[in-house]
Amino acid sequence: MTVTFPQKGLPWLLLLPQLVVTAIFFLWPAEQALEQAFYQEDAFGLSREFVGLENFIDLFTDPLYYESMLTTLVFSFSVAIGGMSVALLLAVMADRIIRGKLTYQTLLIWPYAVAPALAGVLWWILFDPSMGPIALWLDNIGIDWNHYLNGNQAMILVVIAATWKQISYNFLFFLAGLQAVPRSLIEAASIDGASPFKRFWTIVFPLLSPTTFFLLVVNLVYAFFETFGVIDATTKGGPGQSTTTLVYKVFDDGFVGLDLGGSAAQSVILMAIVGLMTVIQFRFIERKVQYS
Amino acid sequence: MIENRPWLTFASHATLLVGIGLVALPVWMALVASTHPASAFGAGHIPLWFGDAGGQTWGNVLFEKAGNGVDTPVFWMMLNSLIMALGITFGKIAISLLSAYAIVFFRFPFRNLCFWIIFMTLMLPVEVRIVPTYEVIANLGLLNSYTGLTLPLIASATATFLFRQCFLSMPGELVEAARIDGAGPWRFFFDILLPLSRTNIAALFVILFIYGWNQYLWPLLITTDDAYYTLVMSIKRMLSVTDGDIAWNQIMATTLLAMLPPVAVVIGMQKLFVKGLVDSEK
Repeated sequence: MTVTFPQKGLPWLLLLPQLVVTAIFFLWPAEQALEQAFYQEDAFGLSREFVGLENFIDLFTDPLYYESMLTTLVFSFSVAIGGMSVALLLAVMADRIIRGKLTYQTLLIWPYAVAPALAGVLWWILFDPSMGPIALWLDNIGIDWNHYLNGNQAMILVVIAATWKQISYNFLFFLAGLQAVPRSLIEAASIDGASPFKRFWTIVFPLLSPTTFFLLVVNLVYAFFETFGVIDATTKGGPGQSTTTLVYKVFDDGFVGLDLGGSAAQSVILMAIVGLMTVIQFRFIERKVQYS
Repeated sequence: MIENRPWLTFASHATLLVGIGLVALPVWMALVASTHPASAFGAGHIPLWFGDAGGQTWGNVLFEKAGNGVDTPVFWMMLNSLIMALGITFGKIAISLLSAYAIVFFRFPFRNLCFWIIFMTLMLPVEVRIVPTYEVIANLGLLNSYTGLTLPLIASATATFLFRQCFLSMPGELVEAARIDGAGPWRFFFDILLPLSRTNIAALFVILFIYGWNQYLWPLLITTDDAYYTLVMSIKRMLSVTDGDIAWNQIMATTLLAMLPPVAVVIGMQKLFVKGLVDSEK
């Protein structure tokens, strides 16, 4: 039990800045979104009328919304699983190495610091249909690459850019997880004649499962909410709707399409999703603390 | 080392080197592209080796104008980015330190409620409540201002949790001893708590600086005046010119300059960065 100070007014003073900022820039807008979701507004913002659940009904009867949900799921799981697999492979290799581990780590972690929008631009020029070296090489081996026209290819481009940025994060956590695996277990297996490959799948990988699960949640959150820049700077959600994730759609419908009610309704749904994911993340982390 | 398998060790090094190569590939290309004149692109290929126009492009972009419809030079936008990043970082650290201090070292009614209100900000990323937040800022007249760029982003549940955790792990005898020696809450805060949290603050600083510097959507929405453009969002404005006219050399130079400061921070302060990353996920 921590010893405390007796002052009664002081703590409120200390909390004031955080509470004021939270109230003005978080709670108020959230409340506005909640309210707006039940209104229909004309494009000039001059008048609005209460429409009840109509915005939500519109949303859930709109095939484009389901399409966007599917896009989000495909995008998020591709980013999460792609990034984690590459990072795990690299981390396992780095864990084996005795000298030079830190150098490898340095050379692998810097993409974390690159803004998502910049990551998008960097990969865009590699894949630009008219001049990008990778696109031209793909043409040579018979794949006609044009992410301006082909929705699947646009998706591949944003997945690669978003994954590239996240590998460093996964790598660090996997490496830490691997270093926590007790050496004695691996030694014992080795004496019993298990090959490195078998040791990895039967001992190391199962012991890594808390890290893996944690990273899965973090990566999904990342792909859901923090990849706006990648999409906005490269494909702008297109071609058609093929890279319009839910978060991009909130922005697109609100600022480009000026459908404020619809955008607000989507905001409300997204808030519910973030809430759910935060709870999952926290419950899991609590458990990790308990059993470790 | 469990056993000596030279081939496996060799394979490990090889895999890592390939990985590093792939990770560095886009930056290499960007660097090469920025050293060629704009006319070298669009002719069906990108040059694969360095040209000789690098000095000129970089100089132009840094000190004259970024080009592609953005007339502000990069150094000016860098300054804007720096102001925003540092504003967000110091703001978040300051208000989180204070609120964590209040929550851990004082007992007052609605203490838990306050904690939960701060917790809720985790569930409300800007991307999700984008339209109403924009309206709030517009109502307050904060468009195109440094206050508008920083203030809405400085509430931080993560930083508050981190400091709360850090304070909770401090021995209660510390407060007791301080009180017996006659230290009031402010003196305790500045003379004992702050010095003890130094590494935590430094680690968080690195993470938050990167977060602040890389803000994209928010500056994009609330700055329409060139003078307040931040570097990362200016890329979007540069890409908005009609397709054929994009000067890729300038875009690539700007992109590299925009990623340079945070990347330098990660590499230069690797230990603190890793600590910050691990801490802020707990």
